[in-house]
Amino acid sequence: MSSSRRSRQASSSSRISDDQITDLISKLRQSIPEIRQNRRSNTVSASKVLQETCNYIRNLNKEADDLSDRLTQLLESIDPNSPQAAVIRSLING
Amino acid sequence: MASLISDIEPPTSTTSDLVRRKKRSSASSAASSRSSASSVSGEIHARWRSEKQQRIYSAKLFQALQQVRLNSSASTSSSPTAQKRGKAVREAADRALAVSARGRTLWSRAILANRIKLKFRKQRRPRATMAIPAMTTVVSSSSNRSRKRRVSVLRLNKKSIPDVNRKVRVLGRLVPGCGKQSVPVILEEATDYIQALEMQVRAMNSLVQLLSSYGSAPPPI
Repeated sequence: MSSSRRSRQASSSSRISDDQITDLISKLRQSIPEIRQNRRSNTVSASKVLQETCNYIRNLNKEADDLSDRLTQLLESIDPNSPQAAVIRSLING
Repeated sequence: MASLISDIEPPTSTTSDLVRRKKRSSASSAASSRSSASSVSGEIHARWRSEKQQRIYSAKLFQALQQVRLNSSASTSSSPTAQKRGKAVREAADRALAVSARGRTLWSRAILANRIKLKFRKQRRPRATMAIPAMTTVVSSSSNRSRKRRVSVLRLNKKSIPDVNRKVRVLGRLVPGCGKQSVPVILEEATDYIQALEMQVRAMNSLVQLLSSYGSAPPPI
């Protein structure tokens, strides 16, 4: 069933076709590991892709928050003027 | 029958579609921020995974963290709470990430422009999304019509139109600066933001391991 380009409701982005949105969702899907590893089916519903994307972003943000707290504790245990910090800086920049 | 997305797509039409869509979006938004071609866009996405970019970001991240520590120690004699310092570290990491993106994307410009991170954190409240049966879908669709919708209509599947729209809106709130953007912009920004976040997590993991190994044991020399 072919759908017309114009939607029934006025929208500022009505010129974007469904095929282009489908293409964008396909590219988004390749960024999600859970769906990426799903080899059984080559096709996934758009709704599921979006749901997994939201979950994945939330997980990444939580992981970054946890790592931030851990980095805070580690930075306090190391004096920035100590030779250890200098070694760390040289390792990172080297 | 559920609407499906397949991987089988000719690359030439994809490229032409990308070029066409970019021109339209730039014309409609009256901003020249999206003047880069599709090949450059592909390179931007690939940049997040290169080893050189990872190393550059790690160096910036470490400098930003030291700056945060100096600021926190200089500002108050009494040490602030660990939770506030954790937030400061995260904000520094986000800004370093946005600087690495060089303002090419909406989310990076939003992070650099937004100095008050409370708004950003409030937007990240998770909301439970329940599966909607067919009957409720019709009701939801009729109720959605009364509201003024800024998101374009996805016609991948008639029954899932309200569901897809709602999830794109939730996704837009998770990506900085995309709360009120159109569907294609949200999808494009989310793709780039995910890869940037992945690099951030990798860099912070490396730093944690490095600092742990040096903090626990004395130097061998």
